[in-house]
Amino acid sequence: MSEWRYWLNEQRGTLMGLAIFLLMFTVYIANHPAGLTANVAQTAANKGALFAFVAMAQTLVVITSGIDLSVGMIFVLTNCLASWLVVGEPLPTALGVVAVLVAGMVCGAVNGLLVIYGRLQPIVATIATGAIYFGLALLLRPFPGGSVNEDLADALTGRLFGVIPSSLVLLTAAVLLVWLPFRRSKIGRAAFAAGSSEQAAFMSGMPIRRGKFAAYTLAGLLAAMGGLFLTFFTYTGEAAYASGSGYTLWSIAAVVLGGVSLYGGRGSAIGAIFGAFAARTTGDMLFVFDVDPLWQPLLQGVVLMIAVSIGSLALLRVRNRLDWFL
Amino acid sequence: MSETSENRISIRARLPAFLRRADPAVLTAFGCILLLLFLSSLYSSNFLSLNYLLQQLKVASFLGVVAAGMMVVILLGHIDLSVPWVMTTGAMMACAAAGFGGAGPIMAIPIGVLCGAAFGLVNGFGVAYLRIPSMIVTLASNVVAQGLMVVYTGGFSPQDSAPPAIRWLATGFVIPGLPNAIIVWAAISAIMVFLFTRTSFGRAVYGIGNSERAAYLSGVDTRRIVMIAFAISGALSAFGGVLLAGYASKAAQAMGDAYLLPAIAAVVLGGTSILGGRGSYLGTVAGVILITLLQSILSVMQMPEAGRQIVYGVVIIVMLLFYGRAPPNR
Amino acid sequence: MTTVETKATPPLFRMEGVSKRYGGVRALENAELDVEAGHIHAILGENGAGKSTLIKIMAGVVAPDEGRMLLDGRDVVFRSPAAASAAGIACVFQELSLVPDLSVADNIAISNPPCRFGMIDRRAQRALAEEALARAGAEDIHPRAAVKDLPLSRRQMVEIAKALASSPRILILDEATSALTAGDVAKVFAVLKRLRSEGLALLYISHRMHEIAELADTCTVFRNGRNVASFRAGTRTNGEVVEMMIGREYSNVFPPKPQRAPSSKPPVLECRNLGWGDRLRDISLSVGEGEVVGLGGLDGQGQRNLLLALFGVLRGTTGSVLIDGGPVAIGSPAAARSSRSAMALIPEDRKTEGLMLPMTVRENLSFAALDRVSRSGIIDRTAEEQLIDEMVRLLAIKTAGLDVPVGALSGGNQQKVVIAKWLMRKPRIVLLNDPTRGIDVGTKQEMYQLLRRLADAGAAILFYSTDYDELIGCCDRVLVLYDGRIVRELEGRGITEHALIASALNVDSGQEGATA
Repeated sequence: MSEWRYWLNEQRGTLMGLAIFLLMFTVYIANHPAGLTANVAQTAANKGALFAFVAMAQTLVVITSGIDLSVGMIFVLTNCLASWLVVGEPLPTALGVVAVLVAGMVCGAVNGLLVIYGRLQPIVATIATGAIYFGLALLLRPFPGGSVNEDLADALTGRLFGVIPSSLVLLTAAVLLVWLPFRRSKIGRAAFAAGSSEQAAFMSGMPIRRGKFAAYTLAGLLAAMGGLFLTFFTYTGEAAYASGSGYTLWSIAAVVLGGVSLYGGRGSAIGAIFGAFAARTTGDMLFVFDVDPLWQPLLQGVVLMIAVSIGSLALLRVRNRLDWFL
Repeated sequence: MSETSENRISIRARLPAFLRRADPAVLTAFGCILLLLFLSSLYSSNFLSLNYLLQQLKVASFLGVVAAGMMVVILLGHIDLSVPWVMTTGAMMACAAAGFGGAGPIMAIPIGVLCGAAFGLVNGFGVAYLRIPSMIVTLASNVVAQGLMVVYTGGFSPQDSAPPAIRWLATGFVIPGLPNAIIVWAAISAIMVFLFTRTSFGRAVYGIGNSERAAYLSGVDTRRIVMIAFAISGALSAFGGVLLAGYASKAAQAMGDAYLLPAIAAVVLGGTSILGGRGSYLGTVAGVILITLLQSILSVMQMPEAGRQIVYGVVIIVMLLFYGRAPPNR
Repeated sequence: MTTVETKATPPLFRMEGVSKRYGGVRALENAELDVEAGHIHAILGENGAGKSTLIKIMAGVVAPDEGRMLLDGRDVVFRSPAAASAAGIACVFQELSLVPDLSVADNIAISNPPCRFGMIDRRAQRALAEEALARAGAEDIHPRAAVKDLPLSRRQMVEIAKALASSPRILILDEATSALTAGDVAKVFAVLKRLRSEGLALLYISHRMHEIAELADTCTVFRNGRNVASFRAGTRTNGEVVEMMIGREYSNVFPPKPQRAPSSKPPVLECRNLGWGDRLRDISLSVGEGEVVGLGGLDGQGQRNLLLALFGVLRGTTGSVLIDGGPVAIGSPAAARSSRSAMALIPEDRKTEGLMLPMTVRENLSFAALDRVSRSGIIDRTAEEQLIDEMVRLLAIKTAGLDVPVGALSGGNQQKVVIAKWLMRKPRIVLLNDPTRGIDVGTKQEMYQLLRRLADAGAAILFYSTDYDELIGCCDRVLVLYDGRIVRELEGRGITEHALIASALNVDSGQEGATA
């Protein structure tokens, strides 16, 4: 019984994200003219997955109590890169995929180096690297275009066994291969500890720098997975500034909805995935209610505003006013 | 620790007074501006012409107004990500008000600015009283502002064009040869300097940025100050949007998108700590000019957008590595 | 210098000539220490005697300026806490070194978690944590609980379990029992004795004499950064030990206390049945005009919260506060400093609560009094300058100029700035939270004089100090707190070191110094 309570306590943020998502998705499906068909699920999953990858990337950095404002630009850059490289026969395609992922990791690693060894504040360092990554994306694709191995693209954006959206399988794979190993490793724990209390982590002799570096690098990798998936989804590469900055900003929102603390040390990429899907569903919701699509951004904003205000209820419990100032 | 700072003081004591008082970061930023102008003059002497420089200052004034507001918030140790759509809201509301005839054209600018201030108040309330991280509140209010404007315009560029008064403010001349936008920026700058150096509000902002605890225990109503600071940032963002609408002669969707990151970058390049509490307004002016100049020179040299972005990012990083670093851990 | 009777074999750990300075302050000067296996070695000394620096050096948290350390007779250098931990030195820190967002089990296994295939084996980790908790006698703590959800006493037990889990050869405990309940203390003592019999070396730092008497085999006394004596436990009387700790290299000169005539005026500050959850209970006190009332007791018995409660910082307090006999409701420092109550609080931590270190001396000085020198929000620079000059002169603040960052000043001068910043408001009620901690002797003297001058000018002063000497020398009355209550009131000649210590430990001394 008490084990159960502790589990609940650990997963509270993630479960909140899940609850918000389920609520929205249920309302969405209940009002969808077609109901929950494989097709509807596939479309929802594909669109959500794009957000989810970027949100996972953001989670890793936020856990170290940093922030990555270049994550959307890495996403765009890898999209452009993939539209050149992930083409042709299976072998070149595979090599292309690897190259794209490595490129993402390099971008993340650069962020990490600047923050850890350059001792720059994450927020400004990643604004600057974001500009660089976007510039590189523009170099690669001054105009939208390019192509991608369409067989692979269709397979990964389609359905497995005719029911399960492949994108969900991909997301699960990312969780199993990137997030869980990170979370369970010593280095990942150091990243958590550094975000929670750098002083305590240092006193306990944890590898803080390696932990942070791993977090930034893996964030680059996850953003690259998102960029790759975008290429599969659109068949092209496009260096769109609005898309990059939009994904960055929404990744922060998704992370918060998914119960990740912006002060660091607490949260799960799984929660961020739910947060991303919830944010995505808000957008789709209005479609089924036949609301003028013009109202979509406003309602999204209002939902976001309400969601982020809920956390402040905890303030009522603060009894020493000095605790306001963390 | 105290030894090194004493050392630094003794070196600075030997400098002339105006240099002694200036922040090294501000001097570096102005130094970079001169270096940039020198390098570009090697490419073409046009870069040193008065006309070109005035034109640059005029373009810089829009960013300058926005960055002034951003600086207040950054000095507190917060950030305002709602700039893009608050700018747009200010511009669109001002243009819309002007279309109402009667008192409309007179009230256009105040209405635009007030809309921005209202968004700022919402941000400030969330940050100060609900203690939501500023990054997330301002992000959400940016989306709300965007939503409101999309609903209002129907997703198209609004029909109202900027009224003459706004256009005059942005592009006209009171003093021949000196664009009004520059005068407006200078006036706002004067007010900001006064605010930061001569008022108890300004002192409180710096105090909160350094230690909100200490400021609170000193009996300052820190929550009210934070809320006002965000309102100022919102109002100035909106005013920047109004000016920009005057310059482009109409408001447009997403007109503010290109101003958020440069505004933050300008404040930080001017030596203001992103963690709050430290920085001088002069530095922000330098940062604004530096960024505008950099963008302009790169585009005049016909460097493609891609290269511009890369150079822009690299310059920011290199400058920050020079003086924007946190102290070492141990 | 005396050393322990040396044996033929080298001691497990030895420190030779170790020194450490922070800025101009000598924290440790030529310290020598031998630590034997199978011994409990107590380190004694007043606040600021260098004990904390000593163990930080041993634990690899700070690097010494000079001197050498030997482990098993071989030179060692610890570049990081990890290095010290790898060498078998574990430390239970006074300021907790737990990561708040991680679980108890994660924290216990933090430096060397059990791994399988490169991943942390959570089941093994859990078993390890449970075992460590059991060894520490804290089976009631669930390994999955998040550290930040635990109360302070439980966290301290986790800290001890964490140190045990790394199977150290040398275990350092720095005031490890300060937050524990009596039951926990007994359990911890049993654990420590067992560890001793297992051959560990234990370094035990405590202010509590009876704990040391029960545990220690060897004692070393530190004073002003030097080790002044080492001896076998039980070979010196408590009186002698206290003598060594105090040492009296200087004697504080306190201003004379004036005779106070009984006054018919209501007290300037009074509170009745003040409570705050279970941390402050039923506190009633009054401070009259011109009176200096001390708050005594062990650290952390509610003194800090009492001052914060009076200053309007705490929410949900019960009871009533009266100023000049009239009830007031103070809900914020802004209300506390307003002219009705004219309160000032010199906070505990000047670096984060009293000052904005990067800001200039000028800006810090006038920060709390800006409303006094400005009209409709605009600062009158001449008025500001005048007030500042007055204060700098009054307190003799030594600074290279008013535009120097206040962080560049010495500790004593920083503290003067904190006090001056409040004196600018001419407060009638001054609350001081341990204002002389970590400042030099000379400045302390000035501060005592200042306190008395303020009182003579009619201020009511409530003064918390961890230094008993100060309470004796400065205060007209002393209230001793224990567990959030006032347990004793001492007055006039009744304020003695003995009475203070006895009532701080909440034991009946039955000796001189009973309430007058």
